[in-house]
Amino acid sequence: MRVEFRLSGSGGQGLLLAGIVLAEAAILEGKNAVQTQSYGPEARGGSSKAEVVISGDDIDYPKATDPDFLLALTADAYRTYGKLQGKGLIIVDSSVALDPAITARTVALPILDTAANAVGKKVVANIVALGVLGGLSGVVGSSVLETAVLSRVPKGTEELNLKALRAGLELAAGAKAKA
Amino acid sequence: MPKTVKLMQGNEACTAGALAAGLKFYAGYPITPSTEIAELCAEELPKIGGKFIQMEDEIGSIAAIIGASLTGKKSMTATSGPGFSLMQECLGYASLCEIPLVIVNVQRMGPSTGMPTSPAQADVMQARWGTHGDHPVIVLAPGNVRECFELTLRAFDLSEKYRVPAIVLTDEVIGHMREKVELPDPADVKPVRRAAPKSPAGYKPYAVESDSATPLMAPFGEGYRWHVTGLFHDESGFPSNKPEVADKLLRRLMAKVEKNAADIEDYATESLEDCDIAVISFGSSAMSSLSAVRRLRKEGKKAGMLRLKTIWPFPETVVRELAGHAKTIFVPEMNLGQLALEVERVVGCRSRVVRVGKVNGELFRPEEIYNAIMGAK
Amino acid sequence: MSDALKYFRQDRLPHIWCPGCGHGTVTGALVRAIERLGLDKNKVCVVSGIGCSSRAVGYLDFDTLHTAHGRALAFATGIKLSRPDLKVIVMTGDGDCTAIGGNHFIHAARRNIGITTIVMNNEIYGMTSGQYSPMTPKGLLGTTAPYGNAERSFDLCELAKASGATFVGRGTSFHVPLLIDLIEKALQNDGFSVVEAITQCPTYLGRKNKLGGAVEMLNWIKDKTVNAKAAAALPPEKKAGKLLIGELHNAPAPEFAGEYGELIGKVQRSFENIKGGLWECASNSD
Repeated sequence: MRVEFRLSGSGGQGLLLAGIVLAEAAILEGKNAVQTQSYGPEARGGSSKAEVVISGDDIDYPKATDPDFLLALTADAYRTYGKLQGKGLIIVDSSVALDPAITARTVALPILDTAANAVGKKVVANIVALGVLGGLSGVVGSSVLETAVLSRVPKGTEELNLKALRAGLELAAGAKAKA
Repeated sequence: MPKTVKLMQGNEACTAGALAAGLKFYAGYPITPSTEIAELCAEELPKIGGKFIQMEDEIGSIAAIIGASLTGKKSMTATSGPGFSLMQECLGYASLCEIPLVIVNVQRMGPSTGMPTSPAQADVMQARWGTHGDHPVIVLAPGNVRECFELTLRAFDLSEKYRVPAIVLTDEVIGHMREKVELPDPADVKPVRRAAPKSPAGYKPYAVESDSATPLMAPFGEGYRWHVTGLFHDESGFPSNKPEVADKLLRRLMAKVEKNAADIEDYATESLEDCDIAVISFGSSAMSSLSAVRRLRKEGKKAGMLRLKTIWPFPETVVRELAGHAKTIFVPEMNLGQLALEVERVVGCRSRVVRVGKVNGELFRPEEIYNAIMGAK
Repeated sequence: MSDALKYFRQDRLPHIWCPGCGHGTVTGALVRAIERLGLDKNKVCVVSGIGCSSRAVGYLDFDTLHTAHGRALAFATGIKLSRPDLKVIVMTGDGDCTAIGGNHFIHAARRNIGITTIVMNNEIYGMTSGQYSPMTPKGLLGTTAPYGNAERSFDLCELAKASGATFVGRGTSFHVPLLIDLIEKALQNDGFSVVEAITQCPTYLGRKNKLGGAVEMLNWIKDKTVNAKAAAALPPEKKAGKLLIGELHNAPAPEFAGEYGELIGKVQRSFENIKGGLWECASNSD
């Protein structure tokens, strides 16, 4: 069973790291995972896209073809990739105005706001988003996600990032309950 | 130490493969999308007493690793198109002087500065013929992250064994993607060491027993006091203008690879035995190709896949055999037909060869290859 | 010379240089300096690029490396960093070192890597038969400067000094004892050393510019140079337009390959008890 994720936003938001952690969590569960990215010349700003494919089987093509989950943290990313979205779910930050022309199933969640206010640091929005993706997809367990987060985040930021991950998982649980 | 399973980036796996092979010296110049290899070598080599240096350009980089290799150290550099172009002269030097070394070329869109962050596979011919003059070279092409480890390790083994420069030809997709990799127990890795003479007495640096053999190589600084030159040379290593010396040397250099092709060539196949539609590809294009081939099989078509892990020497035998039964051979590659030229040469008119090129800086989507196959008349 | 002869591969002689060429004098000076220092033949490595100068290494009985045009210092950098215990010497020419190899030259100097660089400056491309080089004085004729060289030339010693070389000297094929002394000091400097040796090329520079044969050219070299120490006491008109010879710069500083070795020691001490990272991959290798 192949599950595809596309994480999009702007450079510097840490989406690449979120993708890496998601792929690592899948591997910890014994699944196969491939993470790819595309990026422009900018180190900060510009558009950024990371993709993760998770499967119990051998993965041949490494990129997302028809993502099951699209995460869009910026309006630009939402408009660019939302239009391409087919069967899968769009998870967009609540700060982004929805476009009626984008018809895929969409859930808006306060990812950036949760990071900045509930967790207390906006830089951990990527890990909040990771929690949301993990929770909504159910493709990896939360304890494995925690292990993966701990193995990849800088020393001294473990507690902050775990808090962010849990906040993301809660956002996902809330969204699921509503659905 | 047991096997380790980890999520690894292609460039990281190349570095790990090099370290497993016994890498002790890295010289390089930053260039996207290969730079992670330099960064990791800078970090890892000092821990094992190895050396890293960031040179002033790519010409200096390959020159420095030739110097280090002459002292007996396993040496490597990594680069991408523009840097690979700059390395060509000294690559020829290493070929002629028989200096083992490994170059990882993480291909990006060219020519010129091109699209630095976008993949391509258009250095196939440059890797073979980029330097002037006939010369031997070995080129390996990993098809996934695990193979970045395996084939970089193998590139060192082959380079040391035959004293031929070995190029690992990856691309931006494979270099930057992360994948589950199972690394072997280091105790199970037995890297090849170049054959060295036993004593300086009577040492003739380029003396060989047969016309395709690899001479014994003495490290500098150990009393052999031998001479290395980029001029044509006789078995003493000193320059010679004699036509018969030049002819003998160049034919031997080429024969080292040609006569040992069966040892060097490597490839992977899927559903090839009964296929009448065959796909030949390599590197990241092969990932998309495989997806298309599997879809065709599911739909009952007799499609099969040959993925080249060795590009040079070109694995002629397996391609020739394929031409016997596959009616059509498709060659998807992120260039406009470089590998296809070789396939056409070997296949002749026994099968139809269809070039499937993509040059927009993006990896093939599987359906593009599927459609090319289904749409071919 | 009899003792110095042991550093030559005598079976490779006679050399290919023209009659009257100064390169043999410079090579002889190097060998005499090595003899004075009693260096171990097996621990000396001499590297060259392309050009007349580069042929010197073939005649010397050490590990020798005749490389690509301009790249001798980059090859030598690999050798020195890999084997800091070796005495690494580069023999190069004015074109090889300052034109095609200029970038490697300034960076080797910047790093202060322990390489002794001897630049045989005959102010012309001899191997390709007389084109002007970045060291050809303005106004002189070359085959590619048929109306006189319109370009300014480098002051190689100033370039070396500004780039970070820790020993710099200039000698000539006329002032042989001075040249031997300079090379000896250069070899003793643990860092990047440069000795510019002005030599005569009667075949091309001399013939094209009607400077005469070897003897006349040696006198020409004598007349256009002045000893740096003596120059201090000379009135300006006596040293105007003349090149200073002698020791021009001597400022020892930590040598790069040695410093890198210390860095390795530091890194290894701090990682002794840490597992993980890619270096596990290297645990089985030589």
